[in-house]
Amino acid sequence: MARAKVNENVNSARRSKHGGLLTLVFSVLSLAWIMPIAVVLLNSFKRKAYIFRNPFGISAASLSDGFERWKQGVARVMCGTLNYTNGLRQTNFWSCFGYSLFITVGAVAAIILCCSMCAWYITRVRTKLTRSLYYLCLFSMIVPFQMVMFTLSKFANILHLSNPLGIIVVYLGFGAGLAVFMFSGFVRSLSIEIEEASTIDGCSPVQTFFLVVFPILKPTTVTIAILEAMWVWNDYLLPSLVLNVNKYRTIPIAVQYLKQSHGQLDWGAMMAVLVLAIVPIVIFYVACQKYIIEGVVAGAVKG
Amino acid sequence: MSNKIMKRYFPLFVLPTLIAFAIGFIVPFAYGIFLSFCKFTTVTDWSWVGFKNYTRIFYVNGKLDTTFIHSLWYTALFTIVSMAVINVVSFTIAMLLTKGIRGTNLFRTVFFLPNLIGGIVLSYIWLMIFNAVLAPFSKTIISTQWHAFIGMLIVVCWQQIGYMMIIYIAGIQNIPGEVIESAKIDGASGWSMLKHITIPMLMPTISTCTFLTLTNGFKLFDQNLALTDGNPAKMSQLLALNIYDTMYGMTGWQGVGQAKAVIFFILVAVIAVAQNRLTTSKEVQ
Repeated sequence: MARAKVNENVNSARRSKHGGLLTLVFSVLSLAWIMPIAVVLLNSFKRKAYIFRNPFGISAASLSDGFERWKQGVARVMCGTLNYTNGLRQTNFWSCFGYSLFITVGAVAAIILCCSMCAWYITRVRTKLTRSLYYLCLFSMIVPFQMVMFTLSKFANILHLSNPLGIIVVYLGFGAGLAVFMFSGFVRSLSIEIEEASTIDGCSPVQTFFLVVFPILKPTTVTIAILEAMWVWNDYLLPSLVLNVNKYRTIPIAVQYLKQSHGQLDWGAMMAVLVLAIVPIVIFYVACQKYIIEGVVAGAVKG
Repeated sequence: MSNKIMKRYFPLFVLPTLIAFAIGFIVPFAYGIFLSFCKFTTVTDWSWVGFKNYTRIFYVNGKLDTTFIHSLWYTALFTIVSMAVINVVSFTIAMLLTKGIRGTNLFRTVFFLPNLIGGIVLSYIWLMIFNAVLAPFSKTIISTQWHAFIGMLIVVCWQQIGYMMIIYIAGIQNIPGEVIESAKIDGASGWSMLKHITIPMLMPTISTCTFLTLTNGFKLFDQNLALTDGNPAKMSQLLALNIYDTMYGMTGWQGVGQAKAVIFFILVAVIAVAQNRLTTSKEVQ
């Protein structure tokens, strides 16, 4: 006992000694980690000619040339918000932002609603059809998108789904696998007695689902919402093939087409657009950090 | 709930998902397999050619075509290297960040951040930095396939280390405190603790993370497209981009592209099933 106590004291002493050092190391590492974003932010205010000539500095002259020269150098390098004006105009950014937001919110809502209903039904009613649907969902999770990209985009075209509303159906279809699988797993762990009780109290299946089951599903709902939102918001290939890109562009498509459609890429505008693309993500992250991290852990363990 | 009443509700509960699932997955998948045996330019003008698409992946006009083979081993190498680096680094960071040092939450937040930024945006951030850093040496990221390899590796690590770190941290925190304490009392040193307690207890987490990094590496597309677009001369094409390029970049090759996609699917499925077997057999022990 006494020995254990001594050991513990030694350990905690060692921990605090290393703790300060580790905090320092990680502080430096964290700064390095967000360096790329900081560099993009800095360069988004620079004239494009200086982005590659002087990527990490802010002045054309060095401080050793004297402060006045240095200040003139800064004025020559910096161009205020010019890149932002160019970037917004070249990509029509706000409309892309709107489409991205609409598609992400719509797709996540559709996936949550339809897949939770479907998962509850196929878990509670065991027929050949529901069972094979479950295994098909499981199977779809290992199929890479390249396998279906050509046929899926052509069918979407034929069915007039090449618009922001139609692509929600496509996302529901291609995202259903993971969502149905995870919801089913959770429903299976619920005891059926509560549902039976609500039926005896006179609830129809619809009432039972929305008043009793759906509220209990909340933790899984949050996890799936986070995972699917991360996927849809950042997805490039699916919307670029399914959507009519001359009319509708999401943010990743806008960024990629900025390179493709303007011959010589305007890196100044690109920097500004990248910053504009990152800002909403960072705001969302800071606001829902707890849910995001929990969702990722839960999703990884089940998926 | 009696099944009879429930069955009347089938159209409301299941049909929306089922229809979307048919449009988004079942029909495209089945039809995709069918089309891999056809010559076609769109979904309606197919004509049956048998296995010709599959042989054209490797032989064109009697000559060996090595682009697919090249992208296959390039992808395999990339996947293995990125899997190793990401797992080792994220595990190390997770170990250090579970010691209760000051600022742990902030560090975790920062490391995870890049994961939320999508592959395309992420790649252009780094493309600027790579080209700025390489410019004084009059090189770019597409000077050789190895410049491209290392560039993509850095981007993928930056993106995924935070994600895997989060999963490892959750796994480490799930190890019961008593196990650690009793090992400490028995006088286990840091190294033998890691080898005999931490890593064996973390086996499920490790297999999750290796599986995720493995499939992520194999399916990598956005970063490849945005960073190198396969340059120089298709030498840095990973499999997914090679398929995309065959399908949309070369007229008359859609059938070959679809055949490559089928092979790609089989490879991914084999990896997934093998990994799953491995995990289940470990969990039984």
